[in-house]
Amino acid sequence: MLALAGIAIAFFALPLVGLLWRAPWSNAWGYLTDHDALTALRLSIVCSLWATALSVVFGVPLAWVLARVEFPGRTVVRALCTLSMVLPPVVGGVALFFALGRRGLVGQYLDRWFDIRLPFTTAGVVVAQTFVAMPFLVITVEAALRQLDQRVEDAARTLGASRWYTFRRVTLPAVRPALVAGAVLSWARALGEFGATITFAGNFPGTTQTMPLAVYLSLETNPEEAIVLALVLIAISFAVLVGLRDRWFGARTAVAA
Amino acid sequence: MSVAAQVRVQLGSLDLDAAIDISPGELVAVLGPNGAGKSTLLRALAGLQPIDAGRITIDETVVDDGDAVFVEPERRPIGVVFQQYLLFEHMSVLENVAFGLRARGTAKADARRTAGQWLDRVRLGEYASERPRALSGGQAQRVALARALAADPRLLLLDEPLAALDVGTRASVRRDLRQYLASFDGMRLLVTHDPVDAYALADRVAILEAGRIVQTGTLAEVTARPRSRYVADLVGVNLVRGVVSDGVLRTVDGATVVIADAAPGDSIAVIRPHSVVLTTDAPTSSARNVWPGTIVDIDRLGDRVRVVIDGPIPLTAEITAAALDALHLRPGDPVHAAVKATDIDVSPV
Amino acid sequence: MRSRTRLLASTLVIASLALGACGDDDAPKTSAGTVTVFAAASLTAAFTEIGDAFMTEYPDAEVVFNFAASSELVTQIGEGAPADVFASADQNNMTKLTDAGGSATEPALFARNLLQIIVGPGNPTGITGVADLADEDLIVVTCAPEVPCGKYAAEIFANAGVTVTPKSLEENVKAVVSKVTLGEADAGIVYRTDVIAAGSDAAGVEIPEDINVVAEYPVAVTKDAPNADGAQAFIDFVLSEQGRKILDSYGFLAP
Repeated sequence: MLALAGIAIAFFALPLVGLLWRAPWSNAWGYLTDHDALTALRLSIVCSLWATALSVVFGVPLAWVLARVEFPGRTVVRALCTLSMVLPPVVGGVALFFALGRRGLVGQYLDRWFDIRLPFTTAGVVVAQTFVAMPFLVITVEAALRQLDQRVEDAARTLGASRWYTFRRVTLPAVRPALVAGAVLSWARALGEFGATITFAGNFPGTTQTMPLAVYLSLETNPEEAIVLALVLIAISFAVLVGLRDRWFGARTAVAA
Repeated sequence: MSVAAQVRVQLGSLDLDAAIDISPGELVAVLGPNGAGKSTLLRALAGLQPIDAGRITIDETVVDDGDAVFVEPERRPIGVVFQQYLLFEHMSVLENVAFGLRARGTAKADARRTAGQWLDRVRLGEYASERPRALSGGQAQRVALARALAADPRLLLLDEPLAALDVGTRASVRRDLRQYLASFDGMRLLVTHDPVDAYALADRVAILEAGRIVQTGTLAEVTARPRSRYVADLVGVNLVRGVVSDGVLRTVDGATVVIADAAPGDSIAVIRPHSVVLTTDAPTSSARNVWPGTIVDIDRLGDRVRVVIDGPIPLTAEITAAALDALHLRPGDPVHAAVKATDIDVSPV
Repeated sequence: MRSRTRLLASTLVIASLALGACGDDDAPKTSAGTVTVFAAASLTAAFTEIGDAFMTEYPDAEVVFNFAASSELVTQIGEGAPADVFASADQNNMTKLTDAGGSATEPALFARNLLQIIVGPGNPTGITGVADLADEDLIVVTCAPEVPCGKYAAEIFANAGVTVTPKSLEENVKAVVSKVTLGEADAGIVYRTDVIAAGSDAAGVEIPEDINVVAEYPVAVTKDAPNADGAQAFIDFVLSEQGRKILDSYGFLAP
């Protein structure tokens, strides 16, 4: 067991070590403070936070419906809503074109009636990231809702709490650790999103070029810069993942102890 | 100001069709085995299980008629104590008790003050800021009770309030519960599978068998004259109330029951009818308890016979039809009833 | 997605090499054998056909392809990928390889390509030339300046003296094509071979020679080629009359 676990750890750690080993430390600061890199980083953070927010706003009700409402074809709907996890991201991007593009099923009306165009815009980046990121939140929260004893919600109702009050004050706090974990997963997925973004939103510095796109393109011309940018992306994700674990999951054990 | 419920619910294999009434200030116990539909009946009254047909009226308001009328649980004047208590783990004990008031729009400070008073009343004031997981089973039940009562319900529903407790703590919790329930002057409905709970707490029992109420009355009436084999098995036990001291339970009338070891104090002795041995002469067996009496009634229930005896300890004995024939017993005959001390269970109340 | 395709391609290449090696043990050595060709993605269709023709010419030969962006191929060869032939879509990447000592022979030019404006079928926005692309209402996409087709597009805009603000700088030329064929972009700058490959899904608008850029395609045997003889035979075939004809049919110009 330990040996296999050790191999697994090495499997995850070695590529990172490889990046650190190849990193051009003497030039790193120059690449970091490069205007384009900072723009891409800022765009990445803003877009991934938006995508996370949208995932929470729409994903939590979706998870609730999947966990609590009996309806025919629920299994199909669940599979549908998590499809983008297994879909190759580029295919997801093309599918988004067909739905929300200028000639898309819905997109043509957005364009014609509201003058809203998503492809090649920052909003398009957020849409693409949300598309691939939300399932992580939905799955995590739905599992937590299923594990939650529904009779606790019943108890709240008998105490005079409406469905909404019960959801807000009883259900949501009870699944909060899962909600936080799901949101972090979604955020991490959105931050690293590449395929759907470059396909649906394109690549333009300042509007749609996020960090992963910048990393990919600089690989073509300047692999050193690409490594530095990738390390920045990794460092940020790592800090957040480690930090949140301590804050949310560590804190709970502290209370129990 | 009362409850009248006619409940029809089809749920899986359960076919519930039961009528139950609760008078003002009354505590009714619904007694039945697991799967009889007790909890479903309670959930129907609470509004957690819409009924298919029938009508539920609480204080002259129809809350469910199986059709157009359905009042949501949060709009019914009820309080529920659940079997597992179902306290909100992410809130403090005080917030749990204040929840009902907050949900109904009471200002936070007022709700907390009232909740604090309720916690003091159930002697848990010092646990106000604890999380529910820090409480023992009995304490959790008291918090659940306080939480249900804090919102001032007209009808209090209790679902197996003692079933989650281990035998060791059940008696003392039952005693506390009795005291708190007595101080609440609204209507109370208790659902339980344990006749001792019903006897200790309820004014009246309704026996639920496979979705049907098969008999109602005071427990003494039902015990003395079970209308079916099923009821006899379920509740047909002799319950003798008294005070235990030095291995003897003494009733208010001065009769004594010799028992095996039991803690001193108010108690109920449970004597199963099939443990009672009848003889026409004074018995010579090792039984510690022998009471002379007179046969009041003889009920045949299949190949078994229930013999109702009046004496210092009124008893029901259950013997076989063959034994009855051999003894040539008839109503009015004198008889001796013998019971071994080790066959008697004693529960403190 | 691209990296996955690339990985798969490399895996296939390695697997085929292993299989090829086993075959070599049994069969007598021939002048061709298994030839592993690393070629620019824009050569996919043309080189696949050339490979088939080559194997018809040399029945004992086996040609295995790895198609990817030229820059990626240079990286892969640099990391030790077992390539025999490298065919680049620009001189720049070939130079990178030769500067690093990665090629065994003097690179030979085998084709040229011109840039075109790609538009929707029937040219719905009526674009006649590069100057029209300056219209802010048009959605124009080009390759990113990091890849050759993006560098060429920028040169063309500079040559024409127009300021074009693309809505997106795509990572490769096929992404530009698909944005136009999907109808999400009005116009893009791509190779004329790409317009021909798009068939009826797109139309091309010529860019005059005085402002156009010529992309040159060099090919060379790699330094560590496991099968240098086969590699040379394949390059000779590409440069032959027959190879020229196939390239021509896909829209490549003679060197």
